[in-house]
Amino acid sequence: MIAPTQVDSQVSSQVNGPARAVHSPAGRGLGLGRLFARHPVVSRLVSLGLFFLAWEIAGRVPISYAFPTFTDTLYAFVTMLADGSLVMAYGSTLQPLIIGIAISGVVGVVLGIVMGLSRMAEWLVAPVFVVLQSAPMAALIPLITFVYGIGLVAKTLAVIMLALPVIVLNGYKAVRNANPSLVDMCRSFQGTRLQRITKIIIPDASPVIFAGLRLGLAAGFIGVILAELLITPTGIGDLITYHRSVANYAEMYAAVVSIILVSTLTLAALEAFEIRVLRPEKRRG
Amino acid sequence: MTNSAAVIHSNVHPMPQAASDAAVEVRGICKKYNDVEALRMIDLDFPRGKLTTLLGPSGCGKTTLLKIIAGLIEPTSGEVRVNGRPVTGPGPERAFVFQDFALMPWATVMRNVAFGLELRGMGKAERQSIARKYIAEVGLAGFEDKYPHELSGGMRQRVGLARAFAVNADVLLLDEPFSAVDEQNRRKFQEDLLRLVEKERKTFIFVTHSIEEAVYVSDRIVLLSRRPGRVSQIIEPKIDRTASPDAIRRDQGYLDTVEEIWQGLKHYVD
Amino acid sequence: MTLFGYRVPMMASLLVWCAIWELVGHAGFLFLIPPLSSVLVAGVAMVQTGTWQSAALITLHSFVIGMALAIVVGVVLGVLMGRFKAVDELFSIWVNIFVSAPLSALVPVLMILFGMGETTVIVTVFLFAVWIIVLDTRAGIQHVPKSLIEMGRSYGASTFALYGKIVLLAALPEILAGIRLGLVRGVKGVVIGQLLVSIIGYGELFELYSRSFDMENFWALTIILFAAAMLMSAAVEHIEKKVEYYAGVR
Repeated sequence: MIAPTQVDSQVSSQVNGPARAVHSPAGRGLGLGRLFARHPVVSRLVSLGLFFLAWEIAGRVPISYAFPTFTDTLYAFVTMLADGSLVMAYGSTLQPLIIGIAISGVVGVVLGIVMGLSRMAEWLVAPVFVVLQSAPMAALIPLITFVYGIGLVAKTLAVIMLALPVIVLNGYKAVRNANPSLVDMCRSFQGTRLQRITKIIIPDASPVIFAGLRLGLAAGFIGVILAELLITPTGIGDLITYHRSVANYAEMYAAVVSIILVSTLTLAALEAFEIRVLRPEKRRG
Repeated sequence: MTNSAAVIHSNVHPMPQAASDAAVEVRGICKKYNDVEALRMIDLDFPRGKLTTLLGPSGCGKTTLLKIIAGLIEPTSGEVRVNGRPVTGPGPERAFVFQDFALMPWATVMRNVAFGLELRGMGKAERQSIARKYIAEVGLAGFEDKYPHELSGGMRQRVGLARAFAVNADVLLLDEPFSAVDEQNRRKFQEDLLRLVEKERKTFIFVTHSIEEAVYVSDRIVLLSRRPGRVSQIIEPKIDRTASPDAIRRDQGYLDTVEEIWQGLKHYVD
Repeated sequence: MTLFGYRVPMMASLLVWCAIWELVGHAGFLFLIPPLSSVLVAGVAMVQTGTWQSAALITLHSFVIGMALAIVVGVVLGVLMGRFKAVDELFSIWVNIFVSAPLSALVPVLMILFGMGETTVIVTVFLFAVWIIVLDTRAGIQHVPKSLIEMGRSYGASTFALYGKIVLLAALPEILAGIRLGLVRGVKGVVIGQLLVSIIGYGELFELYSRSFDMENFWALTIILFAAAMLMSAAVEHIEKKVEYYAGVR
């Protein structure tokens, strides 16, 4: 009795949290706010500009010997981009990420749908993923090294460990909460069970399933970076560790900022796709 | 009809006995949810080609009864027969119109209306031409490629109605179809419904909690009592449907029937 | 699920998995997985050692301070963002970036800024937890019905009373949900921070046990950690249930 609601509330907040945050509803504004509301791009630029300005000033003071200015970091970023070291590093970081997400995506969506459709599978499997979802899976990453060494497999496994639970739980929750009225509608027109699943339940669940994949990717980024910092010195993680060890702080910051940038842009693109293609009711106009 | 249920003939006209041919027969239906008794021993006949309304206070089980007739809910005991055959589940001779419209947000008006036919495996060209006809019939011609979120509440329910017509069922089951529609649209909708009842010659079973709506559209009104739901009265408003809608709403018979039902239901209101 | 007419509680299936773990452990084809029973025995012995107790205390200490900061900052910033458009415009892009960014990449930066010690772990916990609290608080504040605020004003509530007695209480369900998710993320933060710093608290023990292939103790540590995370999230959820009723009435 307790468990299902736990899953629901947990995942729904996970799903809704970031999602609803992006479409900021038009609130009552102050003078400045109204200016922003009319030009949301302007507000973003102002916000970014202020942050970079603060960074620049903090770097010039400097607040720490290990705190480069924004311009130094930007310069280091351009240099690393030009000499190819950043591109190389991303090649090695993104490969396990993509493989891991692909595997977790297929396994997680299938498992989630099966759990949503079958009470038995739900009973047996859902609690495991509820635990894995709220537990710090990162603690298990050191174990991977024993079995799979420090290569591609180890990194991929780290991605899967962090990404799979949220994908499974979103798929499960989406299928289990498929609009009962639509399911009734399909039944009332004598749809078979197969038709009900393929024509109603899965299309109805697809936005939430997709949101799960997006959250899984976010977790996967954490996993791959963690694996690179902890067990396999390759890719972006190695770039960060290396530049730190030789006190090239500008390069190190540039690497850190670049991975945050890459993950943010990827997730934003996926979210835009989600709204555009999977949620026609949220589209404007 | 049950013995306990008094049949009241509104106005003076005697009731013609032509309605003896019942499209839907409900026999001894009881429904319990765990310990809560929702319906107790419902016996009813729904005459063919007429619009019968189930009216009652909220929680009287009228929607439950409708869904039992639809085959969406299993009764605890009792039997429903449609065209003489017992109901074991949803069937092609019945079509349901949902309170919350139950439109697929990812599908166009065309696909939504043709969905019942799609499930039967009918070819695309054929089902679309049928759907197109009924989309026009409910006044939505030109909206075939729109998505539900682009339509108003009233228009969405027209899609739901067209979908039910498209499968060409004998019996249409409407579960508070206008409750999520604003008042102006609701009136227009009621008038359109009467026109469609006239044109399509089908048996309608209609659930509502609005007395005015029930009297305005119904040939027969079944009043259900509060939980456990039982048939408390059957009323047959005698209203001249050929008159204009506005004339009907000012008709003395209409007003008297509304008042009569209100007097009957008043003691259920806290 | 029901079995032979009885309702079997959902979480009961974890017992099935525990049994499978025990069997796999006894089969012994994976040295990584010792039988659950020997893990439990090791765990009971471990919690009595001074090493574990001090590691647990350090971990708890970092976690509590980091979380307290995250809750205070998160709720304040969330309220400001929910009420003032300008604040919202200024911060929302950053909050949205950091709520889903791979913050594990930031930990090395924190290590050089704050040293290889507890401060880094506290900041990690804070950074992992704070953003989701901001977002949920902001959403809660924005969902406070306008009529409730107008009601307060019309009965002459001061600004202070308006926030203390109406706005914050009305947004409480969302704020609590944010705190619960923040706690879950904070636990992940404390583990990731300590693993990367690797010379303090639980991180040190994980490092120690995994390097010496002491799998019984490693798994005992993990189980205690997972159980603590689950219990904490269940506790907040319990409080959430108590205020849930007004989500329906609002």
